[in-house]
Amino acid sequence: MLTIKNLHAELEEEGKKILKGVDLVLEPGKVHAIMGPNGSGKSTLSYILAGREGYEVTEGSAELDGVDLLEMEPEERAAAGLFLAFQYPVEIPGVGNMTFLRTAVNAQRKARGEEELSAGDFLKEVRAKAKTLKIDADMLKRPVNVGFSGGEKKRNEILQMAMLEPKMCILDETDSGLDVDAMKLVSEGVNALRDGKRSFLVITHYQRLLDHIKPDVVHIMADGRIIKTGGPELALEVENNGYADILAEEGI
Amino acid sequence: MGRAETLKALRADAAAARMAGLTLPQGAAWANAARQEALARVGAMGLPTKRDEYWKYTDPASLTAGEAPEAALFTPDERPMFDGTDRLRIVFVDGVYDPEMSDDMSGENLEIERLSTAMAKDIHWSKDLYGKLETEGHDPVERPLAALNTAFATDGVVIRATGKVSRPVNVSYLHRATNSDAILHHVIRVEKGADLTFLENGPAAARLSKVMEVDVADGGAFHHVRTQGRDQERRAVTGSFARLGAGSTYKSFTLTVNGRLTRNETIITITGDEAVAHVAGACVGDGKDFHHDDTVFITHDAVACESRQVFKKVLRNAATGVFQGKILVKPDAQKTDGYQISQSLLLDDDSQFLAKPELEIYADDVACSHGSTSGAIDETGLFYLRSRGVPEKEAIDLLTLAFLAEALAEIEDEALAEDLRERLESWLKRHR
Repeated sequence: MLTIKNLHAELEEEGKKILKGVDLVLEPGKVHAIMGPNGSGKSTLSYILAGREGYEVTEGSAELDGVDLLEMEPEERAAAGLFLAFQYPVEIPGVGNMTFLRTAVNAQRKARGEEELSAGDFLKEVRAKAKTLKIDADMLKRPVNVGFSGGEKKRNEILQMAMLEPKMCILDETDSGLDVDAMKLVSEGVNALRDGKRSFLVITHYQRLLDHIKPDVVHIMADGRIIKTGGPELALEVENNGYADILAEEGI
Repeated sequence: MGRAETLKALRADAAAARMAGLTLPQGAAWANAARQEALARVGAMGLPTKRDEYWKYTDPASLTAGEAPEAALFTPDERPMFDGTDRLRIVFVDGVYDPEMSDDMSGENLEIERLSTAMAKDIHWSKDLYGKLETEGHDPVERPLAALNTAFATDGVVIRATGKVSRPVNVSYLHRATNSDAILHHVIRVEKGADLTFLENGPAAARLSKVMEVDVADGGAFHHVRTQGRDQERRAVTGSFARLGAGSTYKSFTLTVNGRLTRNETIITITGDEAVAHVAGACVGDGKDFHHDDTVFITHDAVACESRQVFKKVLRNAATGVFQGKILVKPDAQKTDGYQISQSLLLDDDSQFLAKPELEIYADDVACSHGSTSGAIDETGLFYLRSRGVPEKEAIDLLTLAFLAEALAEIEDEALAEDLRERLESWLKRHR
């Protein structure tokens, strides 16, 4: 599904190196988690995969099902099946949530040469999916993320994911700012999308999200690289002992 | 010569040049007197030059020139404006009334006739208004182009709403001659508790001078929606002078796309308690020849009144936008609620927005807020939309429409607002 090889990247303006050789292979249907201390480059990795401006890839590659992601515009990556759930979902005053969703869904369908969803079918689908995420009609009508609580914003991200049906989902600290109930709701939303084919890359600081979204593989990222890879037990180790031991082990 | 004398001489020259080819229309005695008085005002003030402070950001030269600069004709490819609204349509072609295209001038709770007809009558109610609000509007800032209009206006409509007018009155201005120079003047009186919707659309002429005097009596409501035509080369200077009685409402929205030069002045004096005045505008301009100026002056002279100014401009390819807006709160105008926002979205580095927001407050128990900003497209929002699969250009359009939304929201009729929004969307698509 997702193959990242020796990925190096820096901040365009400052030339500051952020990623220093990331290697990662994510198979279809799998859930990989990336954990790591602040400033390790986790969020940067997600932005570079999604195509945010401001970063320069100096070396390496990232492919989605054999297609070079790094050559594509952000919207092309989305149409190819990549989705990034933002750590800080963006507020867009003046654009209704529903309009936004419909525009996005239809733009992707159009890019893939599929027929656009009719207004009726769209409405039916969005209502059903919103209901399971406890997103009410008012939230659908309001401008995108404007005046939403932290939890509402994250649920809105998952709703977008559910509507867009990507094959590769990246969740960037989706648990940040969530209380226990909201985390449960969001996790249920994510788990409902697990179908044996769709892959997930879950970036998080904490084990507790991984109690709800069970990973197949856990990576530890530090200083712009993945320094250790293991099973779910690795997350527990971090939870109990912090990163110090692992970092020392790797000489960082 | 000192600076003041030089300026006075320049103004006099401008007035002489502008009036060289004009003759005062003749009518009833009161009408002739009103025109003569206006002529005297022009004589005393002269016409503006670019050295006038009030015209610092907009060069009035082409508005005061003896002849209208040529303006190529434009044939719109879209549905006629306001065609979804059941309306009473009055048509002026290059400033000349067209009876063929116009509906019968009658309607429920409505007295309506041509200005030229009204001004030929020895007794007519418009005598008490024609040129009166314009005259009051020169204090504290002179507006000589409006006085010139009062002197030389050839036609227009006079409307008296005596109750709820069910069908909006729609004045359409068509442009058919490349050098046409139209001077139109409307007089509108909304009687106590009456309600009128006034729609205007179209470019009118190569050069248009238009004044509208609106007197809204106690409890009356005046709704105004205007679109100014897509002709690239047209020029226009308009003045809307309004006086608001107690508990009355004045709500005006203007959409401007294209046009070489537009100066829209709105001068509102709130004289009755608990009145509401909203003036809004959205404009989109493309190219160095686009210049759009919104100049607004709202005077609060009564208690517990509300005023809003909401102006949004989208500018690209070296287009220029201007906003001069003022809220004046007189000493006795306590409990005033004033709001003013002027914003521009600059889609490139060459476009410019010049803003002069002003508050002048003499009462102590008021709430007035104002803001003025210029900015580019929000990159974070743009990336967010693109990351969801929305192509860049479509995403920019979406954010641009979102930027204009606050101004469009000032249109009360939702169907009309949606119609204008769709037209803006098509304009943006064409100008990608």
